[in-house]
Amino acid sequence: MLLKLTGGRIFDPAHGMNDVVRDIYVRDGRIVDAPSDSKVDQEIDVRGKVIMSGAIDMHTHIGGGKVNIARTMLPEDHAEAVVERTELLRSGCGHAAPSTLTTGYRYAEMGYTAGFEPAVLPINARQAHMEMHDTPIIDKGGYAMLGSDDFLLRMMAANADQDAINNYVAWIMTHTQAVGLKVVNPGGINAFKFNQRKLDLDEKNIYYGVTPRDILHRLSTAVTELGVPHPLHVHGCNLGVPGNMHTTLDTIQGAEGLPMHMTHIQFHSYGTEGDFKFSSGAAQIAEAINKNKNITADVGQILFGQTVTASGDNMRQFAGSPHAHPNKWVCMDIECDAGCGVVPFKYKDQSFVNALQWMIGLETFLMVDDPWRIFLTTDHPNGAPFTSYPHLIKLLMDRSFRNDILSTLHPEAQNATHLASLDREYSLYEIAIMTRAGAAKLVGLADRGHLGVGAAADITVYTDNADREVMFSKPDYVFKDGQLVVKNGEVIKVTWGTTHVVKPEYDASIEKPLQEYFDKYHTIKMGNFKISNDEIADDGRGSLTIQPLRQGGKL
Amino acid sequence: MTQNNAAKIWHEVASPFCGIASDDLTIEVTGSTVKVLENGDAITRAGFETPITDIQPRIQGQPSSLSQAVEHIANLFRHSQQPLIGGLGTDLNGARAALALADRSGAIVDSQYSKAAFRNILVLQDTGYMTTTLTEVRNRVDLLVVIGSDIEAIFPRFFERMVWNEESMFGQEIESRQIVFIGKAPSGDASTSPGGRKAKVLGCADADLPEVLSLLRALVKGKQVQATEVGGIQISELQQLAEQLLAAKYSVLSWSGSQLDYDHAEATIQTVCEMIKELNATTRSNGLPLGGKEGDTTVNAVASWQTGYPMRTSFYRRFPDYDPFINETQRILNNNEADVLLWVSSFNVAVTPPQSNASTVVLGRSGMQFETEPEVYIPVGVPGIDHEGRTFRTDSVVSVPLRKLRDSGLPSVFDVLTAVEQAL
Repeated sequence: MLLKLTGGRIFDPAHGMNDVVRDIYVRDGRIVDAPSDSKVDQEIDVRGKVIMSGAIDMHTHIGGGKVNIARTMLPEDHAEAVVERTELLRSGCGHAAPSTLTTGYRYAEMGYTAGFEPAVLPINARQAHMEMHDTPIIDKGGYAMLGSDDFLLRMMAANADQDAINNYVAWIMTHTQAVGLKVVNPGGINAFKFNQRKLDLDEKNIYYGVTPRDILHRLSTAVTELGVPHPLHVHGCNLGVPGNMHTTLDTIQGAEGLPMHMTHIQFHSYGTEGDFKFSSGAAQIAEAINKNKNITADVGQILFGQTVTASGDNMRQFAGSPHAHPNKWVCMDIECDAGCGVVPFKYKDQSFVNALQWMIGLETFLMVDDPWRIFLTTDHPNGAPFTSYPHLIKLLMDRSFRNDILSTLHPEAQNATHLASLDREYSLYEIAIMTRAGAAKLVGLADRGHLGVGAAADITVYTDNADREVMFSKPDYVFKDGQLVVKNGEVIKVTWGTTHVVKPEYDASIEKPLQEYFDKYHTIKMGNFKISNDEIADDGRGSLTIQPLRQGGKL
Repeated sequence: MTQNNAAKIWHEVASPFCGIASDDLTIEVTGSTVKVLENGDAITRAGFETPITDIQPRIQGQPSSLSQAVEHIANLFRHSQQPLIGGLGTDLNGARAALALADRSGAIVDSQYSKAAFRNILVLQDTGYMTTTLTEVRNRVDLLVVIGSDIEAIFPRFFERMVWNEESMFGQEIESRQIVFIGKAPSGDASTSPGGRKAKVLGCADADLPEVLSLLRALVKGKQVQATEVGGIQISELQQLAEQLLAAKYSVLSWSGSQLDYDHAEATIQTVCEMIKELNATTRSNGLPLGGKEGDTTVNAVASWQTGYPMRTSFYRRFPDYDPFINETQRILNNNEADVLLWVSSFNVAVTPPQSNASTVVLGRSGMQFETEPEVYIPVGVPGIDHEGRTFRTDSVVSVPLRKLRDSGLPSVFDVLTAVEQAL
């Protein structure tokens, strides 16, 4: 069947198309050339409509143990957002920690066609994939989390050569079915198990004598040398600590030109100036990003209201637990592999700190020049639920809307920001870069995030509307792999997306020390740790898409 | 290999029959006979070795085909005012299918192990906790305090695998690990160190546990206590334990929800969990709730991610409607609030449905015996023996793959429930 979308305004930054009127043809789930015989089976008139590829959320906590703890922990949060079943859709719940089914439906309804779980603990990867398997419509994938796992730290303490570390990283990514590699509070989760309560960039883990800087260097080198397209995904040291902007600046400098993605950078951009000893470091951070072309970042914007923070960083989550709202929280040490912390939180617009966090996020968006290197996230659900993206897009695209809200926030916080003087308004083209072309490039998705011939036909069609929140809340059409799944902002067909992975090569010799390690210290066998391709296919709904490695990648 | 050429040996097999899900079993399968050769214990041997007897479904006691049985169940569901899907001894995909059917039919879901599981879940939903997992315990524990539980009776290999392992990753002298039981004394010697040192027991009745643990918490916080004895335990003993907890580098406090079997045991668990949080002001300490066998952890996990809520959720109003007190199997059946009970027990022939006035459908392990013949009985395969599957361990972090060890032809819970849903 050949589908034609006629006369839409195309925003396809991967091909430099900024508001170009062009027809799009779709066959067998792919975008194809115009047919020579001009025979079309179905035509949809999209004249005047804004057309982008499906949006990609490159950092969203949608699957895995800590998200499920958050769900189980918060019946009162779901109670205000229960979702009825329909003939087509399963029931569920929304808001801060939505059910997997509702997550898939809501993403699709907003024109998103992919979401990536950024904190897949290797030992919990099987669960993360189970949950993503139960998340309909959108494509998904995960970043395997290393850096506090004892196997790596033992290798580093023994001064293993980089090839051995590359082998281990590739082995982990392959057998956890990951598309990227993440590090969270490098070595800090491990240090917390030895009762260390903070770990600065150059501070040593008391048992291993290894520093976060060493870990970042080893892992970013591994990712680069293996040819994994997604740069090392870094949740840095000292999350949420006033003054952490200096750690962040040091981390950027310490990357020494290697590609590095700094995630939810808003939470890492705090100074210590002013009466409250809490200030914005966004200007310096943005300047550092602008200057260092090897660095990318997503913002982790906070928005006001109730949410829940779920993180692998149990060291920092434990420190933040007195702020839990409602007053309940979980911290876990996990399997000599990692940890997690789940702390519900309510961001208040009349709190100085929360108001400034809101401003810092927006300052970062507006002061980073290159939309290819900054990404739109709320670190769902940590800064706010992903369902607030249309609101966030409006904040970026509409200066007067932004300033109206700004004027209602904590007055001292208003005095501590230059936000009101930032005139920049994001264009539709820039939004398309941040949420589509740039995100696909960053994650390493060859066939997504663009509308060129051969791309997967993940396409979102919007009615242009000066109210950008309305526009981005309710697309006219969303196509997933060529199938019409959403019409007028409502799901009309349920499909099941693929799981994106990379398969960097490794030398099987790594399994010798791993086998010994699992047998001696673990409570699961190495063979049972590995997640097979069949498990991803599961009941037949799932599928695996292996993305190409970067050219020049080597073992 | 054995003398029987048809025998097949499987290595590194995971057991779904115990919540610690040991995955180092060696198993021999000859035809449909399964034998645990290595690393078995009373629970895993019974779990794996229970023979297949009946393989044919029955309707009102009469043999039927699988499709007739499915259609009969679908018909019961079509005419039901309120179905209840209970038992739920199943694996990942069985749980998925049960939830899909519940959503479609407006059923209530509850598990046979909810009573114990909710003692922990209620704490999670009220104040939360700090916990750890089995591999951390194996490598780090220096003081293990067991609360009101005889661990080895239900987790026979816990001490062997998690406490008296040969070597810790961090150079700890294994023999130096301290074990203290509060409440029940251990039934065997599994907690005795390799060097022969017996665990310390501060014995008391279950009924005294709330008070004993409140006092321990007070002592950990440095409060002055007037009493000299509580529940038969000298305060000086508790004071010593409080000091041990404060001095330990990585203490672990463990309990089994099923063995804290008294009203409002969740309040006792909460006291322990709050004490653990307080200990972490200066040192590291964690809880280790033990449970999770036969799909217990799995069904709660799947329900949480698919609906937002664990077990004890009703879909009657077309959305998930959670109430841990109202949606309780026995209460519902006692009050005749369900007219169809679909009971799932694919691991354990002893877990039979409760007596009730509801029309009862059983998806049970082959060999199940009934006091009252159910309306429909379908012998189903055991996940990890008759078909592949996945199950979660007690910590709800690690899940293990379950393998198909023999070709019995028995349908899985997923197969049957999916067929029922499609027939609706």
